[in-house]
Amino acid sequence: MNIAADAHKQGSSSTVRAAELELREVSKRYPGQQAPAIAKLSFTVPAGEVCVLVGPSGSGKTTAMRLINRMIPITGGDIILGGRSVLDRDPRELRREIGYVIQQVGLFPHRTIEQNIATVPTLLGWPKARIAARVAELWDLIGMRKDELSGRYPAQLSGGQRQRVGVARALAADPPLLLMDEPFGAIDPINRARLQDEFLRLQQQVRKTVVFVTHDIDEAIKMGDRIAILRDGGAIAQYDTPAEILRSPADDFVAQFVGADRGIKRLSLIQLGDLALLPPAGARPQDAAAAPLVPEVPLTMSARDALSLLLTSRATRLLAVDDAGGVRGIVTLELLHRWLAEDGTPAGAAGGADGASAVSAESLGAPSHETGEADVAARARSGA
Amino acid sequence: MKLLAAAGPVIPEYAKHSVACVVHNHTFCWEWVTGNWAAVLWPALRQHIYLVLLAVSIGFALSMALALIAHRYRWFERPTILVTTFLYTIPSLALFELLVAPVGANLYAAEIALVSYTLLVLFRNILTGLRAVPGEVLDAADGMGMTRTQALLQVELPLALPAIIAGLRIAVVTTIALATIVYTIYDAGLGVPIHVALGEGPFKTELIAAGALTIGLAVLCDGALVLTQRALTPWLRARSQGG
Repeated sequence: MNIAADAHKQGSSSTVRAAELELREVSKRYPGQQAPAIAKLSFTVPAGEVCVLVGPSGSGKTTAMRLINRMIPITGGDIILGGRSVLDRDPRELRREIGYVIQQVGLFPHRTIEQNIATVPTLLGWPKARIAARVAELWDLIGMRKDELSGRYPAQLSGGQRQRVGVARALAADPPLLLMDEPFGAIDPINRARLQDEFLRLQQQVRKTVVFVTHDIDEAIKMGDRIAILRDGGAIAQYDTPAEILRSPADDFVAQFVGADRGIKRLSLIQLGDLALLPPAGARPQDAAAAPLVPEVPLTMSARDALSLLLTSRATRLLAVDDAGGVRGIVTLELLHRWLAEDGTPAGAAGGADGASAVSAESLGAPSHETGEADVAARARSGA
Repeated sequence: MKLLAAAGPVIPEYAKHSVACVVHNHTFCWEWVTGNWAAVLWPALRQHIYLVLLAVSIGFALSMALALIAHRYRWFERPTILVTTFLYTIPSLALFELLVAPVGANLYAAEIALVSYTLLVLFRNILTGLRAVPGEVLDAADGMGMTRTQALLQVELPLALPAIIAGLRIAVVTTIALATIVYTIYDAGLGVPIHVALGEGPFKTELIAAGALTIGLAVLCDGALVLTQRALTPWLRARSQGG
């Protein structure tokens, strides 16, 4: 069977891996209601990025998401997906090109896992062999073992497994856009963190454009390349990278929403390797008895975890160690404090002023003010 | 129709079977049963199955149509429940007699009555089954681009199957019982030998045999439906096996 030819026949959904999404002054007003549910919402999600819609309940984040695949009809403005208005599309065709994941997953209880994953390809009329090949691929992608779960029904899976299958089902037809409505909201905290990490790893591979709805700002910071904070009435309070929102909230609403601990949240976005560490020269104590006072930590540790360690151990400094065991630099409370206080000025510049070692320059390069923290954040997430 | 017409007279001639137990008027006479199987009991059983199958099939088709309309248009439920409940509460003997004037004492009258008694339970069960499909499952079907018809055929009806078959079981068993009084207007079914026996003094073999056949038929049909449901809903058993 000629898969390439088939892919061509199936049209754009199979050839475009991710598409840019643009909302242009999108409005939604329900009949008989004074205030609009969504008012002139505009933002652009570049292809392959995760945009998190976050806000208190009633801010219309789920409504905004469902406008995109036209499950809720819009009453004003336009939505452009991959250069084409969604309003020009047949809604059913459009939805088959957009992956859809919801909190309760909504797997079909009467269908096996494979049949569930194959839903959209089946609707699209793919040949059986191609569906089977794609399902096999997705087993691997979501990290589930086919031999254990093949032929099972959703009721036989754990909540986490169901959610993974839900993601696989959404990705089955290789859609350019993925909509996720609180996908991990019903999962216990430990498994939620695991699923979040898994999804970020998956996203590194598939690079879809993702619109991710949550009410949890921590999840938004962790998952988003960009965050759109919505306030009552479906208006955007701020749309920016997580690092930028934490560093300079646009107003009191945003500041309150991200929390008084936003400084600490910023630390969670960077790894020690991204900081301008103090020079390591002669840092490793020769005296073994002194070792517990200077714990060695990996370069991939988040600055937040390092802060926690500094506050709770008797140590006043940490030795950042690379994979090979070589000491790359020293972390102190003062260093973390200075990084935060300097308003997130790229650590390379700050480090340079301190005459720090080459470690920082090597790990950060010479980032511009604009992209530096975004890069750092992306790296922190990919290592998560 | 042909089947019923071919049945012929069902009044037994006792003189031909003047075996000991008939002569001595025992309550149950096995030789009578074997002697009259081909002439009396088997034709009556076949007619009975035909009456029930026809009534339940038509009733199911009607109820399915009504339930699908009520599933889509909520307002349709109340009037349908009202009418089917009204039909259900009419005393069956009276309904059979009432239908003779407009329709005649024939198969049509019998079927109209039998069908009208199946509607309430079938309509209610089908609608309940359709409405019990979880909202998030429908949301997912919609969000993945299923059309209404696809969602109905591929998701809603399969998930409503347990409720639908539960309704069918009740409808089949009650119709099997009810069809024994079809004899009052139309000469067919297991009601005929029962009726004959009732008018015959102490000899009750016919009544017992026909009654046993009625019960046996009901049990058999019910069991068949249970097995059908098990075969059609493997996911329900999977749930109890797995976590």
